[in-house]
Amino acid sequence: MDNSRQLFQYILSGLSNGAIYALIGFGFAIIYNATGIINFAQGEFVMLGGMFTIFFLAFFHLPLLPAIILAILFSTIIGIAFERLAIRPLKNATPLSLVIITIGASILLRGIAMLVWGKDTHAVTAFSGNDPLYIAGATILPQHIWIFAITLLIIAANKIFFNYSIVGKAMRACAYNSQAASLVGINVKTMVLLSFVISSAIGSMAGIIIAPLTMTSFDVGIMLGLKGFCAVIIGGMSSGLGTIMGGLLLGLLESLGVGYISASYKDAIAFIILLLILFIRPEGLFRTKETERV
Amino acid sequence: MLKKMLRLILSMAVVGLMAGSAFAAAPIKIGALFSVSGPASFLGEPERNTAEMMVTEINKAGGIKGQKLVLIVYDTQADATKAVQAANKLIKDDKVVAIIGPSTTGDTMAVIPVVEKAGIPLVSCAAGIKITEPTKKWVFKTAQNDALAVARIFDYLKKKKISKIAILTVSDGFGSSGREQLVFQAGKFGIQIISDETYGPKDTDMTAQLTKIRGGAAQAIVCWGTNPGPAVVARNVKQLGMKLPLFMSHGVSSMKFIELAGDAAEGIILPSGRVVVANQLPKNDPQKKALLNYVENYKKHYNVEGDHFGGHAYDAIMLIKGAIERGSDSPAAIRDQLEKTEKFAGIGGTFQYSPQDHAGLTSDAFVLVQIKNKGWTLLK
Repeated sequence: MDNSRQLFQYILSGLSNGAIYALIGFGFAIIYNATGIINFAQGEFVMLGGMFTIFFLAFFHLPLLPAIILAILFSTIIGIAFERLAIRPLKNATPLSLVIITIGASILLRGIAMLVWGKDTHAVTAFSGNDPLYIAGATILPQHIWIFAITLLIIAANKIFFNYSIVGKAMRACAYNSQAASLVGINVKTMVLLSFVISSAIGSMAGIIIAPLTMTSFDVGIMLGLKGFCAVIIGGMSSGLGTIMGGLLLGLLESLGVGYISASYKDAIAFIILLLILFIRPEGLFRTKETERV
Repeated sequence: MLKKMLRLILSMAVVGLMAGSAFAAAPIKIGALFSVSGPASFLGEPERNTAEMMVTEINKAGGIKGQKLVLIVYDTQADATKAVQAANKLIKDDKVVAIIGPSTTGDTMAVIPVVEKAGIPLVSCAAGIKITEPTKKWVFKTAQNDALAVARIFDYLKKKKISKIAILTVSDGFGSSGREQLVFQAGKFGIQIISDETYGPKDTDMTAQLTKIRGGAAQAIVCWGTNPGPAVVARNVKQLGMKLPLFMSHGVSSMKFIELAGDAAEGIILPSGRVVVANQLPKNDPQKKALLNYVENYKKHYNVEGDHFGGHAYDAIMLIKGAIERGSDSPAAIRDQLEKTEKFAGIGGTFQYSPQDHAGLTSDAFVLVQIKNKGWTLLK
C-alpha cells in the first residue's frame, strides 16, 4: 500500500471523527451563546440519545425511526427538566456556579443511567449496512455519510434559525445583553429554556448517529463531551462554521498523530490543542477579536 | 442491598444461636473480594454471581462435612485502596478462614501483603503472572496466565507458517501485560512483531492504527484488550476492508463480544477457557462434566450463559471446598491442603498445585476457538 493512499485514509478517518466532535461541540455553543454557561452535561445528552435508542429498540422492539424520534424526545424532556430544576431556580447565580452545577448534573445523569441501564456496552445497528464504501482506495462506512449529512443539515438549520427567524434573533439578543433584551420585550427565561431544548436535542441526535460506530454505554459521554468541548473552543464558541472547522481539525490532527507519531498521544493531542488555544487565542482560531464577549 | 445486609445479619444471628446450642456445627466463613462495579465489573459481576450460586448449591447439598458455608462479599470497584480496606475487614471483623478474589491483578497485588501478614489463604481470580511468581506462601490463583494464552496463539501461528504479525494492545493493565508477553515470547516461536500499536481503553475509533498496520507487511493482527475496544477493532478491520486474519485475547471470550462486534466478529480466532465450547468437547475431556454442570446451573440461576470469568470464582470455591474436605477449616490447614490439590478438573483447566506452583495450570487450559455464525467453534 502506497503512502498517499495511507495518508488519504488517515484524512478520511480523521474527518469522519471530526464531524462527530463538531456536532457535539455544537450543543455547547448554542447554550453558551444563549446563556453564557458552558454546559458540561452536554456529553451526557450524547449518551442519553444512544442509550434511549437502545432502550426503545430492545425493550419495546420499535423500528429504528420511531425509536430515534422517541429517544430525541425523551432526551429533550430531560434537558428541559434539567433547565427547570437546576438552572432556573438560581436567580442570581454567577456563570461559574452554574457551570459547576452542570458538572454535578452530568455526574448525576451518568449515575442514573448506570443504575437504570447497567454498565454494559451496547451496539446499535447501522442505519444502512456495514459494507465499506471505497473512495480512491480509502474506505468509509455508510454511517459516516449519515454523520456528515446530518451535521451539515443541523448546521444549515441553525444558521437559518439564528440569523433569519425572530426567535433565533431574540436568543442572540439575550446572549448579548439579557437585560436590554428583556427591556425590548424578549422573554429571557423562555429563550434560555429554548437553548437547552435545542442543544439537548442536537446532543442526543449526535449520540444516536454515532452509536452504530462507537457503540454506547453509560460512560461514553465523558470523553465525547470533552472532545466536543475541544472542538467548540477551537472554533471560538461559534454556533457556525468555526465549530465545524474546530471539530474537523481536531479529528484530523488526532488521526494523523496516531498514524505518524503514536497512538499513545491521541488524547494528549486533543488536550494540548485545547490548552494552547486557551492560552494563546482564547477567542478561537476562526474568530476575529471582539471588544467584549458576553 | 439493605435487604441483603439484613438477611446476612439475620442469618448470622440465627447461626450464632445455633452455635450456642449443643451440637450444631459452626458455619465456615469465606470472604470474597470482587470488582462488582467499576471498570472491571465484567469480571466481578459474574464472579460474585457464581460464588453466591456455588455457596447456595453447596449448602443445599448439606454443606462441607456438615458445616454450612457463609459467603461475605465486598465490592472493590477495581480500586486497590478499597480492596485492602475490605480485606482487612474480612480478616479482622468477619474472621473469615479464606478469601477468594480479588478480580483484578492490581487489587490482588495490593491485598497480598495483608493476607501474607495475617496468614489467611487467598485464591485470586485475576490473571497477572506476578501474583504467583515468585510463589507466595498464602496466595494461589485460578485465572490462566496471559503467558499461556499468548503461547496458544503463537503455537497456532507457527503451525500456519505465519511469522510476521502486528499487535494492537489496549493501554491498561490487561493490555500492557499482554503486550509484554507477546513481545517476550515472539522470538521463542520465530515470530516477528513488525507493528506494535496501542489504543486507549475508551477509544471509539482505531482506523488510524489499523491503516498504519495495513501499510506494513504483517500477515496477521493480534489484538489484546477487553470489551468494548476489541469490538471496535473488529468493526474497523471490516470497515477498512482488511483481509488479514484477526486474533483476539481471552479477554473477549464472552457472548457480549459477539453481540458488540456483530458481523465483524465472524472468523476471529481467540484462546479461551473451555467453558464457551463445553458442548463441543470430546467425551473424554476431564473438565467436560464440571463445565456442563456449571453452564447449566448458571443459566438456571441468572438466565444468561455462564462465562469464562465466573468460572474463576467457581474454581476458587471448589478448590477451597476440596481443601477443607481433605483437612480442616483452619486457615493454615486450608493453605496446606490447597497446595496439595491434584488434578482438580474445574472450569479454567485441570489444576495441579505444588509448593513451587500456585497457579496450577498449563497452556492446555486454553483452547483456540473461532467465531462462526455468532457462536463459538472449537478449533482443532
